[in-house]
Amino acid sequence: MSVLDSKIPDGPLKDKWTNHKNKIDLVNPANKRNIDIIVVGTGLAGGSAAASLAEMGYNVKSFCYQDSPRRAHSIAAQGGINAAKNYQNDGDSVYRLFYDTVKGGDYRSREANVHRLAEVSGNIIDQCVAQGVPFGRDYGGLLDNRSFGGVLVSRTFYAKGQTGQQLLLGAYSALNRQIAKGKVTMYNRHEMVELVKVNGKARGIIARNLETGELERHSAHAVVIASGGYGNVFFLSTNAMGSNATAAWKIHKKGAHFANPCYTQIHPTCIPRSGEHQSKLTLMSESLRNDGRIWVPKNIDDVLAIREGTLSPTDLSEDQRDYYLERRYPAFGNLVPRDIASRAAKEICDAGYGVNSTGEAVYLDFSSAIQRYGKQEAAIARLQNPSESDILKLGEGVIESKYGNLFQMYEKIVAEDPYKKPMMIYPAVHYTMGGVWVDYNLMTSVEGCYCIGEANFSDHGANRLGASALMQGLADGYFVLPYTIGNYLSNEIRTGKISTEAAEFVAAEKEVSDRIEKLMNIKGTKSVDHFHKLLGKAMWEYVGMTRNEKGLKKAMAEIKKIRTDFWSDVKIPGDRNSLNRELEKAGRVADFLELGELFAKDALHRNESCGGHFREESVELDGLQKGEAKRNDTDYAYVAAWEYKGEPADAVMHKEELEFNDIELKQRSYK
Amino acid sequence: MDLTLKVWRQKNREEKGGLETYKVTGISEHASFLEMLDIMNEQLIKEGTEPVAFDYDCREGICGTCSLYINGEAHGPDRKVTTCQLHMRMFKDGETIYIEPWRSAAMPVIKDLIVDRSSFDRIQQSGGFVSVNTSGNTQDANALPIPKMNADLAFDAAACIGCGACVATCKNSSAMLFVAAKVSQFAYLPQGQVEAKQRVLNMVEQMDKEGFGNCTNTGACEVECPKSISIKYIAKMNREFLSASCSSES
Amino acid sequence: MSNGLSNSSVGRKVLMALSGFFLLFFLMQHFVINLFSVISADLFNEISHFMGTNGLIQFVLQPILIFGFLFHLAMGMYLERKNSAARPIKYAMDKPSENSNWMSRNMLITGIMVMLFLGLHFYDFWLPEIKTKFIEGDWSGLNNGEFRYWEELHHKFQDIIRVSIYCVAFIFLGLHLSHGFQSAFQSAGFNHNKYTPIIKKLATLYAIIIPFGFIFIALFHYFTQN
Repeated sequence: MSVLDSKIPDGPLKDKWTNHKNKIDLVNPANKRNIDIIVVGTGLAGGSAAASLAEMGYNVKSFCYQDSPRRAHSIAAQGGINAAKNYQNDGDSVYRLFYDTVKGGDYRSREANVHRLAEVSGNIIDQCVAQGVPFGRDYGGLLDNRSFGGVLVSRTFYAKGQTGQQLLLGAYSALNRQIAKGKVTMYNRHEMVELVKVNGKARGIIARNLETGELERHSAHAVVIASGGYGNVFFLSTNAMGSNATAAWKIHKKGAHFANPCYTQIHPTCIPRSGEHQSKLTLMSESLRNDGRIWVPKNIDDVLAIREGTLSPTDLSEDQRDYYLERRYPAFGNLVPRDIASRAAKEICDAGYGVNSTGEAVYLDFSSAIQRYGKQEAAIARLQNPSESDILKLGEGVIESKYGNLFQMYEKIVAEDPYKKPMMIYPAVHYTMGGVWVDYNLMTSVEGCYCIGEANFSDHGANRLGASALMQGLADGYFVLPYTIGNYLSNEIRTGKISTEAAEFVAAEKEVSDRIEKLMNIKGTKSVDHFHKLLGKAMWEYVGMTRNEKGLKKAMAEIKKIRTDFWSDVKIPGDRNSLNRELEKAGRVADFLELGELFAKDALHRNESCGGHFREESVELDGLQKGEAKRNDTDYAYVAAWEYKGEPADAVMHKEELEFNDIELKQRSYK
Repeated sequence: MDLTLKVWRQKNREEKGGLETYKVTGISEHASFLEMLDIMNEQLIKEGTEPVAFDYDCREGICGTCSLYINGEAHGPDRKVTTCQLHMRMFKDGETIYIEPWRSAAMPVIKDLIVDRSSFDRIQQSGGFVSVNTSGNTQDANALPIPKMNADLAFDAAACIGCGACVATCKNSSAMLFVAAKVSQFAYLPQGQVEAKQRVLNMVEQMDKEGFGNCTNTGACEVECPKSISIKYIAKMNREFLSASCSSES
Repeated sequence: MSNGLSNSSVGRKVLMALSGFFLLFFLMQHFVINLFSVISADLFNEISHFMGTNGLIQFVLQPILIFGFLFHLAMGMYLERKNSAARPIKYAMDKPSENSNWMSRNMLITGIMVMLFLGLHFYDFWLPEIKTKFIEGDWSGLNNGEFRYWEELHHKFQDIIRVSIYCVAFIFLGLHLSHGFQSAFQSAGFNHNKYTPIIKKLATLYAIIIPFGFIFIALFHYFTQN
């Protein structure tokens, strides 16, 4: 038997969660007061979990590296949150949301978890509205929905382009209420740097106070990691600059298996890099592809002229343009899924057709939409023979009402008017579906250590559906973990207060202290960012959207080399006993340098094209789908959970076979 | 672009700080302001000097972490942007740029350009929430229709990112716009009504305790606010406060 | 109760606005009465005598008015002190003109200028009145058998220096009003998409008409005797 016990409850899929909940052991309110829980991270998952656990009566200690829990990067999510409410009466249901999510994840997620997610999705909306989250409404005062990410129903709730912000502020307000009551103790500007295990159970953490540099020991009966994804392993991503994998990686090194690290989502519509100085990438909502047409010049001379600034894209006639998505995927055109659009953009730019100075950009052109809407509006306004400028004006008005804030954002960053000149876009790393392996109760392979939100692996398979990340974060934090943690904690009522004087805490603190000392003493010649950028380049080049065996092997060797160089040549100015950004970054990059190698190793073993990833060795050889991604369900329908064994290259894989009883596995087709 | 930077350096909360002058050269006008500072820091690291500490996180204008007073204005000379969205094309080659932290007694400097904004958190904790438990049994979201106008007003107030530019820019270091935004968000929604009176009283009390100044209606805050939150919400809060403090029940 | 009007920031601003409203109203009636001095000396004398001898006005409204002025001044100073303490370290480089106008930022300066002027104004008119009425006990309002009010007023504006000081002071008053009028509405919680722009226009009108009206009256008396 596998060492992985997913603890999926028996019974029919739709009853699993209900039955399981009914059987979870409860903890008496008087005992809850004696139980401490540490929650690391204050995003949608961490914030909502901390608030809910405190409401239930546990003592919660909540940690975030930012200056306030409200800064967590969930705040940046734009699009929306899915829920199977069927308010639009378009036939939506829990089953359909479940089905779409499993299919969207290319059949690499755990069926029971996804069904539970769909079941609680409706509660999330109820909860958020009760908290005062200002969702978009129609004139009747009822909640509005939009269709998102290519699904056939309108089930996405939104708050303009700031859904993540509003949901996070909702969770933050719930958290504030508990902080005011004294049930949550908040530790801002604190970073978890080690997990402390006592007798095999997670019993606390070592945290570094980022302002004073002091190392602190915190004990608890359970530790919850909600520290988000690891997209910053690519250096450039849509993640916040501070987003890191340190908490997740530390628990991995203490025994938590890391699952499917190679599952990353690359988002096709981001603002391209403008030069070597670039520090991060900005996402533009996917909704833009509804009206924009993607193209590059057909003629390579035109590309070069555009780059030199001697030619404007608007000077090119229709037959000088290559609308490559429409050409390759006539059925879906510009609306092909994220991974396909991203890959196509990279391929065309690798072939030399990138339209900006870095050679990494394609056009997203709204001129046809402006014409179309303009004529439509002119007809509605009953204009006789409208002039070209009238049509443009009317059309731009429609576009502005739909995407005004995005266009403004683009103009601020790029300093070009996207109404007049086509937008430039390029794919960027956005979300990581892989993460810490957890069972049905969201417990990792370390007893008493839980992992929720983007930091765990369970719900999105190999590719995440649009507007599902917010749903999963809040589902885990509000409605799943607070229940499932009871099973473990009900056995902890006799444990009593855990002393931070225990030998394990002392040893863990010393380990951290030595590691910091070692970093400070390297006194090399290169900055932390230097190594981070090298890592990012290797990741993007060989472990990005398109992968092959040779590249992946090369990546593993290269990352290992960067890691060795890092540990001998990094330069960290300042001292350890004060606020030191370089030291903070160094700790995180040190972890990324290990994670990156495991990432490549996982990608190497998964010899199939699946979800967001194209494996050159696994393509359809003939028929209509010739040359397209080929998933291999016979050999790879499992979760790859890696056990830490020292060097990332030595990690040992454990398989959790995925069973699909309620869904038939299908290959995707967008031709 | 070549620039001269006058940057506030301060070792920690206790020690006194001062302006230091640094020079950066060859900056692309397409770089963002914070990327320019990254380049400056990279240079300082090479020279063996401790880099300048400044706050940032999302670098897309939504988390509210970045907080610089650039050339005499919160978030710099551009409008409707945070510092991280500010680009170097707003500056001229050869320009001297002053970079200072937010200045407010209620937001002390921690180091260099980083300030402690936990006063904002404490104001929120004093009442910026609706007291509802996570039960999964709250009423159905659509059982409570909310007029679109109120929903939109609440939303516009809720757009606040808590960066503190309003405090930094106000000649009195007043936090009225920040507090008003939160008070108004709930005041315009039926969910917020139950606790409305206590909320506004508590939040204003906490705001005063933190040592923020008073509002003199200069309107500077709404001009510098990266999310364009209107001072009409301050009037709304004043109304809410008046009615709450004059009602006999509270 | 710590949330009372007088000990919270919002409450104090409301009180500031209410005293401001009161003073705005007073200023308006003062202006109207003075305007009569231009139209008809007799009418002006009649009204002045009524105002100067009516018990309600002298013993009830006048103290309230003085209190209103002093309260507005004292509260203004108090708030300014608090505001200044809220930013112990100032910016090395600050460009407030980029986001707000001079008047709104300098209410204390314009206010103090107006108050200094009031000192002169008291010395000119109010102290002599007190002396005549309360020390000498002369409530007749007569001088040589005729009402003295218009003559006294007219006489004061003989001096070019005094007239100049009055004119300058009224300009400060105008600057103070241009922000104060509309700001009082905002502080009292009134901000409306439709009506606030109208109030702002009215404020501008008020801030121009009243001070310049006073200037006109002063100049009128100066030029009609020089």
